Amino acid sequence: MLKLENISFTADDKEILKNISLTVDDRFVAITGPNGSGKSTLLKIIMGILTPTTGRIWLDGEDITDLSISERANRGISFAFQQPVRFKGLRVRDLLELAGGQGKDGGERFAHACEVLSEVGLCAKDYINRELDDTLSGGEMKRIEIAMAAARGTKMTLFDEPEAGIDLWSFQSLIHVFEKLYQETSGTIMIISHQERILNIADKIIYLKDGVVLEYDERERVMEHLELDIRPGTCAALQKYQENCTWGNGVN
Amino acid sequence: MDAIQKKLLKEVAELDALPVGAYNIRSNGQSAARNTTASIDIVTKEDKPGIDIIIKPGTKNQSVHIPVIISQSGLKEMVYNDFFIGEDCDVTIVAGCGISNCGGEDSRHDGIHSFYVGRGSRVRYIEKHYGEGTGRGKRLMNPTTVIELSEGAVMELETSQIGGIDDTLRVTKAKLGDNTSLIIHDKILTEGDQKAKAEIAVELDGNASSCDLISRGVAKEESLQEVVIRIDGNAACHGHAECDSIIMDKGVILATPQLRATNVDAELIHEAAIGKIAGEQLMKLMTMGLSEKEAEEMIIRGFLQ
Ligand SMILES: Nc1ncnc2c1ncn2[C@@H]1O[C@H](COP(=O)(O)OP(=O)(O)OP(=O)(O)O)[C@@H](O)[C@H]1O
Ligand SMILES: [Mg+2]
Repeated sequence: MLKLENISFTADDKEILKNISLTVDDRFVAITGPNGSGKSTLLKIIMGILTPTTGRIWLDGEDITDLSISERANRGISFAFQQPVRFKGLRVRDLLELAGGQGKDGGERFAHACEVLSEVGLCAKDYINRELDDTLSGGEMKRIEIAMAAARGTKMTLFDEPEAGIDLWSFQSLIHVFEKLYQETSGTIMIISHQERILNIADKIIYLKDGVVLEYDERERVMEHLELDIRPGTCAALQKYQENCTWGNGVN
Repeated sequence: MDAIQKKLLKEVAELDALPVGAYNIRSNGQSAARNTTASIDIVTKEDKPGIDIIIKPGTKNQSVHIPVIISQSGLKEMVYNDFFIGEDCDVTIVAGCGISNCGGEDSRHDGIHSFYVGRGSRVRYIEKHYGEGTGRGKRLMNPTTVIELSEGAVMELETSQIGGIDDTLRVTKAKLGDNTSLIIHDKILTEGDQKAKAEIAVELDGNASSCDLISRGVAKEESLQEVVIRIDGNAACHGHAECDSIIMDKGVILATPQLRATNVDAELIHEAAIGKIAGEQLMKLMTMGLSEKEAEEMIIRGFLQ
């Protein structure tokens, strides 16, 4: 169980997260909301990449606010970045074996690395020895990033927009990765997403706007509100944006 | 051979036992073991220290190992090794030098390796430098490599020095004829107050000649690294150099690219970059459970792979 208590985050005099208190005890939680609303910031605070200005974070009853990234990782938190990081010289297998290698011997580690790679739709034979440098395409990097987080199989896995850049045809196998993780870890998965198809499989949805959790509820209820009020692209949303925008007048 | 010498041999040439094929092992200034084959001859020079390695035309899929090890503190030597590689060969040459210095005096190995590569031949050259020892005496190495590629020849060099050497000047000079190609991968890591300088100069004299020079360095602590890469384009040729360094602690890195073209059809490119390890790379590895120090080590190991 993850508990956030009065979490705020300020950078450059801008209040990015505003006093967020939240208890996550569901298995599959999606986080959605407009661009710039603070979604990535929230997950980075949970992972320890950013330090909150105020507030505390609890994982299964332990206060982890002052723990480093590594300590949180070893307590069972994993994170797939929105923008995957590239490494000159390190190969796909090096990182996948690191991610999923605990308690396995060399052969098992390699086999496991190949398996998770296939699950994200990359042929292990072609990719396992590739370097994680800029010769990999954006979508390939993104899939490897997902594979790395899933390979750890920890009790809490955070995904930042995993579907971004993944083609339509692979979408189903991506969903399968989440389902498998859901079954195998009996842990919690938190996914930032703008995609209805991902929101549709969530137990609960967090709707974040301007650094405030507007809603955290069963999927159906949040979706209803999203439809009516703020679903991106609807006329209501556009109208509202134009009304609120004081700099120029809206999109034109 | 004692345990230290055996360890050095393993570090520089990955040898547990005597290699197959031709070899010459030089230990503490003397030839300790040698083997020649029907197509590869090794002859001791008469006028100066060193050997001639003569590879007959048409020799394929064969290797020569010529490691040098020094375990005697205070030994200083200058060695000349000449490689005469006939036409139409395909060979691998493994050189390397290991110094173990537990004494108070400086140990030094200077070597000049010259390669005359015949028409249409392919040569792969691997050279590793290694130093160890707890003594106050320094471990010094100054290798010079001279390369001449005849028409159609291809040579690939992998050179590395991963710590342990206090002071080094590595000079590589190459002249390329028509249709030739030279590839160099150089890796270096310095730490403590070590100094390392590399000078690579390639003359692309032949039409359709090309070179690809890739140098990767990591300078830790208070060490100093200098890299000068020069490519001369004197014909319709392609030259590419890439010099990529990671700087840490109080390290100093000086990278000097020099391109000189004397022919309108010469195409020369040089890329150089120096930077610290990216914070997001460290962070990524830490999200997988490594400490910051472990993450740093993994990134460097990969970078120098
Ligand atoms: N270091 C910083 N200094 C100033 N502003 C910042 C800083 N980091 C983030 N922000 C701002 O905080 C806001 C929230 O950023 P965040 O990346 O969390 O948004 P997001 O909800 O993930 O958006 P998206 O859907 O585009 O990924 C943005 O307006 C961003 O510009
Ligand atoms: Mg984001």
